[in-house]
Order: sequence, then structure tokens, then C-alpha cells
Amino acid sequence: MFERFHKFASPPHFHAFARMLSPWLFGVSALLFAAGLFGGLVYAPADYQQGESFRIIYIHVPSAWLSMFVYMVMASAGAVGLIWKVKMGDIVARACAPLGASFTFLALATGSLWGKPMWGTWWVWDARLTSELILLFLYLGYMALQSAIEDRRAAARAGAVLAIVGVVNIPIIHYSVEWWSTLHQGATITKLDRPSMDISMLIPLLGMTLAFKTLFAAVLLVRTRCEILEFEQHTNWVRELATGPEVR
Amino acid sequence: MTPRRKRMLIIGLLLAGMGVATALILQAFNQNLMYFYSPSDVQAGKAPDARDFRIGGLVVAGSVKRATDKLAVEFTLSDLKQEVVVRYEGILPDLFREGQGIVANGKLGPDGVFAAREVLAKHDENYMPPEVAEALGHPGPDATLTRSAP
Amino acid sequence: MKSLTEFFAMGGYATYVWSSYALAAVVLIWNVVQPLRRERQLLRTMGSRVQGGRRVAP
Repeated sequence: MFERFHKFASPPHFHAFARMLSPWLFGVSALLFAAGLFGGLVYAPADYQQGESFRIIYIHVPSAWLSMFVYMVMASAGAVGLIWKVKMGDIVARACAPLGASFTFLALATGSLWGKPMWGTWWVWDARLTSELILLFLYLGYMALQSAIEDRRAAARAGAVLAIVGVVNIPIIHYSVEWWSTLHQGATITKLDRPSMDISMLIPLLGMTLAFKTLFAAVLLVRTRCEILEFEQHTNWVRELATGPEVR
Repeated sequence: MTPRRKRMLIIGLLLAGMGVATALILQAFNQNLMYFYSPSDVQAGKAPDARDFRIGGLVVAGSVKRATDKLAVEFTLSDLKQEVVVRYEGILPDLFREGQGIVANGKLGPDGVFAAREVLAKHDENYMPPEVAEALGHPGPDATLTRSAP
Repeated sequence: MKSLTEFFAMGGYATYVWSSYALAAVVLIWNVVQPLRRERQLLRTMGSRVQGGRRVAP
């Protein structure tokens, strides 16, 4: 079992695997996006309070969920790299950061575009918004660390420690709306059997979330391939790949 | 203890330590992390009286009085236990309605009336089409809230 | 069925709704395109370096 994992987690194997899987994920993601956009913009009815402006939810909520999900993937991969010295852990963690940062940015920006017409302000320093902003800084800090440290192994180690320490922010983001009074409302979907959302609005939201998730998985695989190529550029298998027939 | 076990332990301790430290810090700054005070807090004298603070609650149905000549508005804010009268002059957000949750930023006057500089609307986590809302007995946005007995 | 103009007007929230969707489109497309281009470039430069190295070395 452990043997097999090690073989799978070796860079050449993972590279081949990622190459095989990513086109499929891109395809599934495109279909989900088409369905989710139709569902969110056309099929879902307007909200009884917020009217059409509530359709921003179909971008905002998947981005916000992904911003936390990607962070957990990044920290877990970092921990695997740190504890078991699995090179693929370091590589995946590094590939996660720009993606997570972009989802966090989207969640903040679309939240702002939603807050202006509904709340009456672009931004407030309440616990939810502030902790999400800290998440963006954690991602940016991780990326800065990666580019500042020349030695890749040292960079991976420092980054993993930062990512693991930053994990404490994730429950804070999630529970901020319960622990403190915030301008941001509470969670809509805490349990799937009785969400505070009409089913006609919920299905497109789940569709868009799956679309975001598959897109993340597909792009993560491509980014991981790039990182593998850079990590392993002096090995024979990468040289063969680079001079192979598919490249030119 | 193998080196791997040791690394696992160090990371576990690091995470636990960070968790405890963060919990303590958050506990210490609990009051400051609250975005607003409730009318009960204000009536109990917990809100600062010298400087600005935010107050949050529901706009009591039937309490909104608008001036005819300018943008001034006065309404009662409730947390279903206590009430505070808020006075404001300016543009209200789209979601401002009777029964709606709002957050106002301003100062408590000596007469016990809260003079707001800014009024923000707070919406809840429920999303539904208007027909469903009507069927559930929300004719408007949460207009079910009525003035509590004094 | 709503009319198309009504659809684009988004009940008066067109600016906010459409800029959110446009921003998402830009960010997500950049997310996809940038690593794909980087991968192609990496393979190309590595390939030419390896072959260049071979030609120079005896």
C-alpha cells in the first residue's frame, strides 16, 4: 500500500497521471459552468428581498468556499511534504497558492460588489470580511516566501510551516458570523437537508460550486506539471520529455 | 521515536499552540471584534458614551418617520428585548425596510436618541423567490416583527 | 419568458451583477491560460537547451 503510494507520488508518475486526467476535468468543468451559469442567471428566480442582485451569490459563494478549501489542500500537501518528505507534497502546495489567492480575491471583490447595493457599503471591518482578507495575505505571504527563497527545499519547508500555522484562520472565517456580531449574515447552507435557500436557487449554486471545484482540480494538475518540470529539470526523464515528439 | 514521528509531533504541537494562542487572543479582544452593540447592550450601559459606536437591530414595523422636506428619518431599533430610537439624515441602502436588520454608526445623545452618521442594511441568510416568501407569510421583508410591549 | 433587455438590466443592478461575472470570467480564464502557456514555454526552453547542449558537447 505504502509502496504503491510512493510510486504514484513520484514526479514522473504523477506527471503522466496529471497529463491524462486534466483534459477530462477541463471538459467536465466547462459543462458544469454552462449549466451553472444558465441556472444562476436564467433559471433561478429573483430573491424576495434582494431581487436580481442576489445572483452575485453564484460567483461569490463558490469563490469563498474554494478559497478555504484550496487553503486546506495547500496546508495538507505542505504537511505531507514536511512530515513524510514526499516531494509531491511540496510541489502540490506550491501549485495551490496562486489559485487560492485568486479565489480569495474573487470572493472579496464580488462580495464588495454585492455589499455596495445591498448593505450600502463596499467594505466594513467586521470579523468575516477581515478574516477573509487575512486569508488573502496568507496566500500572498506564502507566494512571496516561495519566490524569496532560492533553495526550493528550504522554500517548501518555510512555506509549509506558514501554511500550517495559518490553518487556525480557517475556522475563524467559518464561525466568525456566529462568534461575533457581523454585518455579514450567517451561513445559508450548514446542513444539506434543510438549507435556508429555495431549491430552485440552491441547485444552480451547487452546480457552480462543482464547476469551480473541477476547474480548480484541472488547473492544479497543470500547475503541478509545471512545478514538476522545474523541480526535476535536470533529470533524464524531463530531458526526454522536453525533446520528445509531443513538444514540437 | 523515529524522525518522522518527531516531525509529526512538532507540527501537531505547533498547530495546537497556535490554536490555543489564537483562542486566548480572540477571547481577550472579544468586545472589539463585535461589529455592533445590540439595543440591550446600549440600555444596559455597555456601549461607549463618549465615542462613536455601531448599533444593530431590527427596524420596528410602523416606527419609521420620514421628514417631508429633507432626507431625515427617525425609527426605532429593537433586538426583541430592548429598543433604541435612531435618528439619521442621508441616503438609506436599498434593503432598508421596516422589519429589516440594520447597523447604524454614530453616537448616543444625552436624550438617549442615537444620532447615526451611517446606516447599513444587514440581510439574513434566507434566499427564496417572492411567491415562496408570500406563502410562508413574509409579505414584505420580515414585516412580521411588531412593536414589543413597553 | 423575460425579454433580453430585462435580462441585461438585472432589475437595476446590472453594474454590480455583470461586473462580478466579468471579473470572475477574467480571473478564471487567466487561471487556465497562464499555466498552460507556462508549461509549453518550459518544455520548449528545456528542449532547446538540452539539444543545444548536445550540439556543443563533443
